Amino acid sequence: MKDFAYVSAQDVATAVRAIAEPGAKFLGGGTNLVDLMRQNIERPDTVIDITRLPLDRVEELPDGGVRIGALVRNSHLAAHRVIRTRYPMLAQAILTGASGQLRNMATVGGNVLQRTRCPYFADLAARCNKREPGAGCDAIGGFNRNAAIFGASDSCVATHPSDMCVALAALDATIELESVRGVRRLPLVGFHMLPGDSPQHETAIAADELITAIELPELPVAARSRYRKVRDRASYAFALVSVAAALEVRDGVITEARLALGGVAARPWRAHAAERALMGGPATEERFRLAADAELEGAVAQSQNAFKIELAGRAITATLRQLQVEGSAA
Amino acid sequence: MVDVRMRVNGSIEKLDLEPRVSLLDALREHLGLTGTKKGCDQGACGACTVLVDGERISSCLALAVQYADRDITTIEGVEDPIQQSFVRHDGFQCGYCTSGQICSAIGMLAEHAAGAPSAVTGHLAAEQIDLTPEEIRERMSGNLCRCGAYNGIVAAIQESSR
Repeated sequence: MKDFAYVSAQDVATAVRAIAEPGAKFLGGGTNLVDLMRQNIERPDTVIDITRLPLDRVEELPDGGVRIGALVRNSHLAAHRVIRTRYPMLAQAILTGASGQLRNMATVGGNVLQRTRCPYFADLAARCNKREPGAGCDAIGGFNRNAAIFGASDSCVATHPSDMCVALAALDATIELESVRGVRRLPLVGFHMLPGDSPQHETAIAADELITAIELPELPVAARSRYRKVRDRASYAFALVSVAAALEVRDGVITEARLALGGVAARPWRAHAAERALMGGPATEERFRLAADAELEGAVAQSQNAFKIELAGRAITATLRQLQVEGSAA
Repeated sequence: MVDVRMRVNGSIEKLDLEPRVSLLDALREHLGLTGTKKGCDQGACGACTVLVDGERISSCLALAVQYADRDITTIEGVEDPIQQSFVRHDGFQCGYCTSGQICSAIGMLAEHAAGAPSAVTGHLAAEQIDLTPEEIRERMSGNLCRCGAYNGIVAAIQESSR
């Protein structure tokens, strides 16, 4: 690992001033950044440790929402009673990610900003437009079993690996960003960019901004939600496909639906087409499958991942059926 | 170089470290505590698991400077009946993953005792969660055992959870 200068920031003002230095990088739990630094994929000159900033609280807001400090550890958020009871899909999503050790280290802000697990991104001998713009993409036509089926381009087919963000997309979470220029808030849906011809631009965050919080709106339907993750082994693996779903059914009719997919795109994929197909319809297996097909109409496979399209259809249908039959994960 | 003071297995240690030194290397190479093992060095195997203020972490992905003034417990500082349970149930073969397994199990049992759910918990809102073999396997999935001593590991942890 390349040597670097180390700064431990004690308050947000100091942290956002320090990030203005060229070559500076924020360090949270380290579960992604330290790994990438060791592989020489990230080479910061200055590391600003933000783990001592006072952003480690989960607060219920007067308007019924929940404010999650950016440095809340993944394990602490998943175990929080408000999250388990009011937003069970979020607790479940986090618990399916990584391992107990890593969830104790990883922060909420870092989870949002984690980098793709495309094997070519992490291989300095391979071509990767995300790592080195203009170099080419060895995943296209290469080992792309876990590549995107939505929103990929001729430049990049990588997926965003987060489980947590899939639930946050379904829940319409907001990201709060702070810099010396002030505070701004962005919806999580759309925060992660599709690759287009510049896959190195991964999110809407500016170089001098710090994620300070994630906010969840009050959302009664979220209490009836689940997260389902399909992967190559039962635990401790990234998703092939995952589904975050919430469903409100009155007299057999779907009155509200939230659906987002993971492992399928460079962003957590909010399934708007499927949600539209569910709304007002009967809560039946046939309707669930129709809704899945409505979303997957736009899916495009790479050379090795055509299976993901049918897998996503079955995972969506199974998650909605389980919600309808067994109820919420809470 | 950065001055780092941390409590390791009850003793205050003062180290002068490059910031790029991992907590794992600080323990093994600077303090001579070689009980904590380096497996993958990329957060995938769990051999380097230690306890920080009672919580289990992967020390290979931790920079030592980040853990200044914290309370670190490595296998050398563990004195717990679970160690006897591992012996009784053959919870190892070559032993390379064992210190990580034991530190992870101690952290995991504390998480469970505090009421934390897992990905296989049927009802996330439940106040009491039964520590079934399925729950133990899921909660310990961050610790790989190349010899495949998993059945013994699960039995040892289950015994010490009673």
